[in-house]
Amino acid sequence: MTKKIKNLNLNFGPQHPAAHGVLRLILELDGEVVEKADPHIGLLHRGTEKLIENKTYMQAVPYFDRLDYVAPMNQEHAFALAIEKILGIDVPIRAQYIRVMFCEIGRILSHILNVTTQALDVGALTPSLWGFEERETLMTFYERASGSRLHANYFRAGGVHQDLPVGLERDIAKFCETFPKVINDLENLLTDNRIFKQRNVDIGVVTKEDALDYSFSGVMIRGSGVPWDLRKSQPYDCYDQLEFKIPIGKNGDCYDRYLCRIEEMKESVFIIKQCLAKMEKGPIKTFDGKISPPSKKEIKQSMEALIHHFKLFTEGYRVPDDEIYTAVEAPKGEFGVYLISDGSSKPYKCKIRAPGFSHLQSMDYLIKGHMLADVPAVLGSLDIVFGEVDR
Amino acid sequence: MKNLIDLEKKINSELTTKINKTKIKHNQIYIEIDKDDLIDVLLFVKTNKDAKFRQLIDITVVDYPEELQRFKIVYLLLSHEFNQRVILSYFINEKEVISSITSIFPSANWMEREVFDMYGVNFKDHPDLRRILTDYGFEGHPLRKDFPLTGHIESRYSEEQKKVINEPVKLEQNYRNFDYESPWEGTKYIKEQTKTDDKKN
Repeated sequence: MTKKIKNLNLNFGPQHPAAHGVLRLILELDGEVVEKADPHIGLLHRGTEKLIENKTYMQAVPYFDRLDYVAPMNQEHAFALAIEKILGIDVPIRAQYIRVMFCEIGRILSHILNVTTQALDVGALTPSLWGFEERETLMTFYERASGSRLHANYFRAGGVHQDLPVGLERDIAKFCETFPKVINDLENLLTDNRIFKQRNVDIGVVTKEDALDYSFSGVMIRGSGVPWDLRKSQPYDCYDQLEFKIPIGKNGDCYDRYLCRIEEMKESVFIIKQCLAKMEKGPIKTFDGKISPPSKKEIKQSMEALIHHFKLFTEGYRVPDDEIYTAVEAPKGEFGVYLISDGSSKPYKCKIRAPGFSHLQSMDYLIKGHMLADVPAVLGSLDIVFGEVDR
Repeated sequence: MKNLIDLEKKINSELTTKINKTKIKHNQIYIEIDKDDLIDVLLFVKTNKDAKFRQLIDITVVDYPEELQRFKIVYLLLSHEFNQRVILSYFINEKEVISSITSIFPSANWMEREVFDMYGVNFKDHPDLRRILTDYGFEGHPLRKDFPLTGHIESRYSEEQKKVINEPVKLEQNYRNFDYESPWEGTKYIKEQTKTDDKKN
């Protein structure tokens, strides 16, 4: 007598600590082997693109903080660059260094979260306790510069909102001295750890060809051995004046991606140090009164400044008719903004290209044939944040 | 090809009949094509040894509700080899069905689903065309310009029924869209006049 065995359908999430947010993953299991994975996303969909179409360019900036909320300023950067390119304005050199420095702080923020939670997913608790302490320090830097720990709203077209407060540069420099030791500690716990390696080596392998076919970017493509980083290949702001290396993986598995992230954090510290060394006193936003608001002092003395201030905060600045795609190397990969302006003070269309969207799409391809216990490991190494996937 | 201008020439000469217009701006090539030539053009730019646009970055739509050909479909492509970007676009009307490119770029799967969800554009030969970002059972296409910002349905937890229920949106105050254009900038006919003057210059 033959018995028919039905495959088991399993709901992974939407409330599952290893789903990194609100992912509903429907798994088809044959025993413990995953046959098919169907991610259901959109549980955090807020209609960011629709909202941006109804706001002025300046009001649209905070929406970018809420996409990938573990590295907010990197997203703002893409939007600011898009507007700057259309308007054709130059950014003062100090502002460029400040922006790059905070982007690298964002990269460290994101990588700490990812590396430590990936370890947490496969059973290691300590790294996250150590790592989150450093994240807290970094977020106070965010707070001191912009006034808020997460939703910074700091980058503007033409520069940044305000100059760094006194003493912040010194404290960031101090952090750069102590942080490498923490990375070393994390590495001591994980890199040669037997359990961590058993759970990650040769899991979720991506070949070079597939990395291209599935539109991977960032660590996902570099882990597979493709030397591609927008900071090097299409440098924006002052990245071309800075020295840094691009770590590349060999096997394209979860372990290589972990190693890439650790190395990238070390490079980020190096970049921040260079920024601090090269930063000189100077203006932090463009002087064009039609784009950047005047100082409080000017408003009280100059009629023109008062008019500029009023017009900027009611109507906003106008951006001429154009169509542009700009991308930055966000911690998770290529984050792009496809902007269409129509000459008014609101974007006609603003499509946000989130790296996590195409990474998560490949979940079915990555997990097919793996065991159920590998799902959190693969998901962790994809570095998914639902703010940007769902938009 | 290393140079954008050379690449533009190459594309124009090899695909003469299939290209409507090309231009180079912001270090990117913008190509306008016809709907029917999509597959041919994509295959060319993906496989040609001088182009090698191996990666599809995104697919999106721009909605112009007043136009007869309402939707502009946009494909963003990237070539790692030559470090170049191409923006491919064509116009369709509301009812037209376009061919899916999932067989050329596997990553187009979700991108096309998103376009279908947000704009209601239909794809031929797509393996799994479902809504992706909106809720289960959602109606309408939110990114169309004629879809209201507040939507049609709001959800809340009902104490009486002990479950989440959907109701039509009720607003205490209507959404207000301020027109900041100042009267000093002139009436419509003056603006049209200055526009034509600008073109002459």
